[in-house]
Amino acid sequence: MTAAGGRRIGDVLLKVENISLAFGGVRALSEVSFDIRAHEIRAIIGPNGAGKSSLLNVINGFYHPQQGTITFKDIARTNIGPYDAASRGIARTFQNIALFRGMSTLDNIMTGRLLKMKVPFFWQLLRYGPAMREEVEHRRFVERIIEFLEIEDIRKVPVGRLPYGLQKRVELGRALAMEPELLLLDEPMAGMNVEEKEDMCRFILDVNDEFGTTIALIEHDMGVVMDISDRVVVLDYGRKIADGTPEEVKANRDVIDAYLGVKH
Amino acid sequence: MLYNILIDPFVQMVELPDLFVQVLWEGTVAGVLYALIALGFVLIFKASGVFNFAQGIMVVFAALTLVGLHEAGVPALLALALTVAVMYALAWSIERIVLRPLVNQPDIILFMATFGITYLIIGLGEFIFGGRPKTMITDQLLLPRGAIDVQMLGGRVTFQKLDIAAAVIAGLMVVVLAVFFQSTRIGRALRAVADSHKAALSVGISLNQIWVIVWFTAGLVALVTGVMWGARSDVSFALQIIALKALPVLILGGFTSVPGAIVGGLVIGIGEKIGEFYWGPLVGGGIESWLAYLIALVFLLFRPQGLFGDKIIERI
Repeated sequence: MTAAGGRRIGDVLLKVENISLAFGGVRALSEVSFDIRAHEIRAIIGPNGAGKSSLLNVINGFYHPQQGTITFKDIARTNIGPYDAASRGIARTFQNIALFRGMSTLDNIMTGRLLKMKVPFFWQLLRYGPAMREEVEHRRFVERIIEFLEIEDIRKVPVGRLPYGLQKRVELGRALAMEPELLLLDEPMAGMNVEEKEDMCRFILDVNDEFGTTIALIEHDMGVVMDISDRVVVLDYGRKIADGTPEEVKANRDVIDAYLGVKH
Repeated sequence: MLYNILIDPFVQMVELPDLFVQVLWEGTVAGVLYALIALGFVLIFKASGVFNFAQGIMVVFAALTLVGLHEAGVPALLALALTVAVMYALAWSIERIVLRPLVNQPDIILFMATFGITYLIIGLGEFIFGGRPKTMITDQLLLPRGAIDVQMLGGRVTFQKLDIAAAVIAGLMVVVLAVFFQSTRIGRALRAVADSHKAALSVGISLNQIWVIVWFTAGLVALVTGVMWGARSDVSFALQIIALKALPVLILGGFTSVPGAIVGGLVIGIGEKIGEFYWGPLVGGGIESWLAYLIALVFLLFRPQGLFGDKIIERI
């Protein structure tokens, strides 16, 4: 199966099997199973409170499910920590932006390189030799991301001062700096105007196309979802109710009921 | 009366400038040491949002360990290295035993836990080293003794060499910490954690590792403070009350600001000495012990976030 841009959808990169997650008596996820293939754009949709964010939090190790397995790059686990997830190539953004507000755009994106910096501490303190070379090398990479996201002019601005749409973009930049294999985007377009949405769509498609990054995204804008995703999984009340191509999902009776509401 | 309060002190300052410089210097030295203690608090508060009540006792514990090891026959510089190792072990244990199980608990729980740590360390310290005050091994640590007299402004100003050393070492410590925060990988991670735990986790920063580093750094600051303060008086558990002096400094400088801790420390130190020297006699002296709190109180009324602290805006 080939999609636009000639990228090839590969084998299964991440497989989630029978995940159940409860907070006390509240069941956030019930026996959810789905997979994400390499290089695809996978959308997760569903009404509010359907468990979409919980699912992302399980994948990147913020929540520990009571049951089920997560297989990432052929290694199956029930529980992973956020550190494991990040170091094995899972990056993410948040629904309510989580940036380092006091730090500049550049510094924020540089934090995405932290796991890749290896020079011993002593050299860094001296800002000399290997440490300087390493810093320059990562800085160069970060500059490419800044250029890619077209945020050159806000490089030195503390992100707390940026407008909402740009903050979302910086957050994407920080995730990209990790050179992730799997990128999780939690409502990347929420609260944006049409123009900002179009920009964001373009960035997501370009990331997917140019770097081959696999993307899983939660989004409420159905137009966007249907346009950019290869496959869609639909959640409702913590259960998976549909899974397939945008066309299949759109035609699915349960999905229409979940969104429009139906008397049972 | 009004003349005595409002005018006379300033007349004295101008008439005897050498004395004024002397008082200023004493205040600066005290201020530098206050700043060091406050720095220990700020480091931990920034990175983990915990107000570490145990910072004061960590100062005493570090100094006691150093002196205790030397009394047991360990050469001074080796004892210093061993004390650094002990402070690391302390930071590691606190992270493992106290912070990790309490992660995501309300701040007040963590605050109470640091009370627990305080009394545990007091008990531990007395058990190992005894409750008797000890003398800091100033000479063995190659710290200078004696004083330099400088003729200036028509008089003589005395600078204790130890005080000069304290100011220089504290200054160096602040510079190293600033470089550490600004330009190392760990420093960047520390700032990130201080800003948002959630975002820090998502880029693969290990909170546990950062907490050990922060508590260890605070331990090192405590050690330096302990040596300097111990050299001026002696090393005993009474020293921990200087931690209370850090409170007005923090209120003045803001709980989250490193420059704030330094400026706040200096303001309190100098303000105290000048107040004591020029206004103290009017009320029979003893101003020094409460003036700092009075300044802090005034600040709380008009600028509760401190000079450099983040403005607290809460959405309701």
